[in-house]
Amino acid sequence: MTIKKYGIVSALALGFAVTMAGSAPAQTPGVTDKEIKIGNINPYSGPASAYGTIGKSIAAYFKMVNAEGGIHGRMVNFISYDDSYSPPKALEQTRKLVESDNVLLVFQPLGTPGNTAIQGYLNGKKVPQLFVATGATKWGDPKKFPWTMGWQPNYQSEGRIYADYILKNFPNAKIGVLYQNDDYGKDYVKGLKDGLGAKAKTMIVSEQPYEVADPTVDSQIIALKASGADVLFNATTPKFAAQSIKKMAEIGWKPAHFLNQVSNSVGGVLKPAGFENAEGIFSTGYLKDQNDPQWKDDAGMKKWFAFMDKYYPEGDKTSSFNVYGYTVAQNLHKVLLAAGKNLTREGVMKAAASMKDLELDLLLPGIKVNTSATDFYPIEQNQMMRFKGGRWEFFGPIISGEVRGS
Amino acid sequence: MEQVVQQIVGGLATGAIYACIALSIVMIYQAIDHLNFAQGEMAMFSTYIAWQLMHWGMPYWGAFFLTIAISFVLGYAIERIVFKPVHNAPVLSHIVIFIALFVIINSMAGFIWEFTIKPFPTPFGTKPVLGGGILSAHGAGMIAVTGIMLVMLYAFFRYTRVGLAMRAASANPDSARLVGIRVGFMNALGWGMAAAIGAVAGIMIAPVVFLEPNMMVTILLYGFAGAVVGGLTSPGGAVFGGFAVGVIENLASFVPQFGAEMKLTIALALIILVLTLKPNGLFGRKIVSRV
Amino acid sequence: MKTTSPVTVLIAAIGATVITLAQNWKLAGFIFILIVGGLFPLMASGVFTFQITQLLIYAIAIAGLNLLTGFNGQFSLGHSAFYAIGAYVSAVLMTQLDMPFYLTIPIAAAVCFVFGFLFGLPALRLEGIYLALATFALAIATPQILKFKPIEHLTGGVQGLALFHLKPEAPFGLQLDQDQWTFYVTFAVTILMFFFAFSLVNSRSGRAMKAIRDNHIAAKVTGINLSLFKTLTFGVSALFTGVAGALSAMLIAFVAPDSFQITLAVAIFVGMVVGGVGWIPGAFLGALFILFVPNIAEHIAFGLAAFFDFVRKFIPFFPTIGEQSSKGLTGTVYGVFLILLIYVMPSGLAGLLRLAVQRLAQARS
Repeated sequence: MTIKKYGIVSALALGFAVTMAGSAPAQTPGVTDKEIKIGNINPYSGPASAYGTIGKSIAAYFKMVNAEGGIHGRMVNFISYDDSYSPPKALEQTRKLVESDNVLLVFQPLGTPGNTAIQGYLNGKKVPQLFVATGATKWGDPKKFPWTMGWQPNYQSEGRIYADYILKNFPNAKIGVLYQNDDYGKDYVKGLKDGLGAKAKTMIVSEQPYEVADPTVDSQIIALKASGADVLFNATTPKFAAQSIKKMAEIGWKPAHFLNQVSNSVGGVLKPAGFENAEGIFSTGYLKDQNDPQWKDDAGMKKWFAFMDKYYPEGDKTSSFNVYGYTVAQNLHKVLLAAGKNLTREGVMKAAASMKDLELDLLLPGIKVNTSATDFYPIEQNQMMRFKGGRWEFFGPIISGEVRGS
Repeated sequence: MEQVVQQIVGGLATGAIYACIALSIVMIYQAIDHLNFAQGEMAMFSTYIAWQLMHWGMPYWGAFFLTIAISFVLGYAIERIVFKPVHNAPVLSHIVIFIALFVIINSMAGFIWEFTIKPFPTPFGTKPVLGGGILSAHGAGMIAVTGIMLVMLYAFFRYTRVGLAMRAASANPDSARLVGIRVGFMNALGWGMAAAIGAVAGIMIAPVVFLEPNMMVTILLYGFAGAVVGGLTSPGGAVFGGFAVGVIENLASFVPQFGAEMKLTIALALIILVLTLKPNGLFGRKIVSRV
Repeated sequence: MKTTSPVTVLIAAIGATVITLAQNWKLAGFIFILIVGGLFPLMASGVFTFQITQLLIYAIAIAGLNLLTGFNGQFSLGHSAFYAIGAYVSAVLMTQLDMPFYLTIPIAAAVCFVFGFLFGLPALRLEGIYLALATFALAIATPQILKFKPIEHLTGGVQGLALFHLKPEAPFGLQLDQDQWTFYVTFAVTILMFFFAFSLVNSRSGRAMKAIRDNHIAAKVTGINLSLFKTLTFGVSALFTGVAGALSAMLIAFVAPDSFQITLAVAIFVGMVVGGVGWIPGAFLGALFILFVPNIAEHIAFGLAAFFDFVRKFIPFFPTIGEQSSKGLTGTVYGVFLILLIYVMPSGLAGLLRLAVQRLAQARS
């Protein structure tokens, strides 16, 4: 009996010890002669699952890249994990990507809370956290976080653009603000208020927050109308944007309406809300709108439609998320090409920080990607647009809303 | 003052949404003595079925009634297929199955129909009914439909044999069996009815909030709150509770300083308060159990 | 990278000898656990250590819920609230008062005990499903409460608090990296908490708790102070989950309202049922389930898509899931897993083991 006990226990202990042995890291993590591993986390489930299509369109883009020969002869292995928009999960998945899957970089992780959770870790491990999928203004801080870089025009600069326009064209306006009570909404409101400067206190007559958990924003809209506002700044996500547009039409309230970029998708927001109800809405954009016939014969747009047909046929061709995904993936594609055949993490960051007037297929003409060692905001330009007759009409100059993170 | 009235009326409009769902929750509770956490998802799925039928060309009312029939069958089927094998499992395991159903239905809906929002038509039109357009024709229609369902349910439970049998089966299954009631069949029937009511609720709600897989998640919570406040044994109470929650939620925004940001918390705190004072809800019956 | 150094082999050998010589299984088992826990982070990869640390934390949280629901019969679907309180207390103390992490754990425990006790007071009046709903409501409201403006300067509001620079280093110059040290601290706390749980459950108080669960009227008749016990149990349960939360603040090094959504409360609940209601050790299996099965589901869904595509090669009109769309099926796979598990083990792992023991006993006699 004693020998049996001894045997069993020792065997167990030894077996356990053997299985615990971790794997050694690769010499150049994520890069072999044949492939490049790119990591990503996206919310494919949970409250933000509507953004999951971005991850899917990026995956499709790299399928296309592989079909056309890869990058310097290497195939792209795009590994994407679901984080359900939960920061602890985001951290766990990111660690898996870096330590188990040995990816070269973490690309386009989505969501401000998740990105905040992994920022310290990735910078500590010296892994690029590239082109994060959020417009929060704090991502361009190369001194503190040299491995983290944003991509899209940040929310505060967009808020300022609207503030400028309002000051010029509606100087005596009474402004009502509808915003999502989180990072994203509050960032927009800060931009607006900073742009209005001293006049913010007098011009803003009502601020109505809402939670993602709220079923509708109807009562907020009612309160905004009752406040007598004649200008509305709308910092809501797609579902709530559509609800607000619909409700405003229902109660017959027609202020000058400034809608944030995240929710100006023709297919995703304005069509469900009703084109007639959305007539005259202002917004800003930096990507071409695929629903706009003016780009019908544009080379880049034709490429995109062909891409969707061949590599992501089940994707929604009217959703701006899929244009976004394609464009940011294309940006990474160019960065990896520029980083050369001798791929390292430092090399990738350097290439990302040295983009000069880079043009991408679906960026509006005149908008270019620019970065430097001190400028970690790749896209800072926007153009204002107005919704007329079922499509967005751009007007005015290309605006550079440079805002450094606070 | 006018603002308060506006918010109350608006609260009644959203309250109608909660009342609808609260009704189906109470329905299921009466049938199986459990709360079904997947109720909202089932309603959402039914609404998608209706949407798909209309997408394929069916006219509104045809799709409406066909969806109700399909939902009834699906609810019945879920009870027979998913729950029959675990009949004797402890209550907590049942709750886990509800949770699993929730996840499955939500995930399947997202998989089949994607996550982009879809507009859903209303048979009532959107013309404003009350001054300033606070209450739209659809809102009024929704309240009317809820009322009709309530009356029909009341009549069913009070005046029909099947209704009586169902109540007996859920209150005391063993005794019910002794008098010849097929308890299993009653349970499944209850599920079917709850699914059907949920379908109506979903179809009424979708035009307001836009159809998407996550649309029911918080509405379900408010529906629970309404059902609990009103009393889980009272369909009328549940409807009242639903309206009450809608109004309270809107009035919460008048609390100075932080009211607008804490609407959810205030509504929920009030519910807990009501429960502390009246543990069985405002209109619920006290269940006496003998030792 | 970690290697199996001669030292660790030596320790393993000594440990094995001690175990063999131990007089009873319980002591042997305990020493075995100590050895495994001691050696594990030295040989496992950083990610795996991280995941197992997370597992221990969930196990503590699940054990806490089990004390309340499994042993005392009070339903709670809101334990994410106490988890959040524990995490935030720890985070706020570290950022505002520069308190060392170890000190924040007992304080978080105390604060959560108080909150649990206070919540237990109105809970006295609520039975079964109503209590479940009240706790459910609490969990839903938690993220919003955490964003409460007047306390934003403490909690960081929606941005949360980043603690990365405050992660504790191994003391006495021990050559351990942060993953390993975090594991050891968590491991030590876990042993302490489970020792506490076992003692509680097997004590007079534990019997009183169970009596209340099984037949509260009879329990009252025998002189047990129902109100006191129920509220105290609530407090203790919250204490456990709060400790788990505090540990998680150190592990993730970041707290934000979004980290404590209702899905966490549901996960803890599911973990309790899977492990076995009313069986403390089941917490580890429950934690294993909620930690790894979602990931497994993701892989399975992906495999399913690949499988469908493979079949398509032979049956042209076979439906395709689409590689990208497979992500959307993760939830379905997870849910099916869960249902199948309940079919096989209606009372969780505890029920299965109980059945196995029963069968063994029958076979012997």
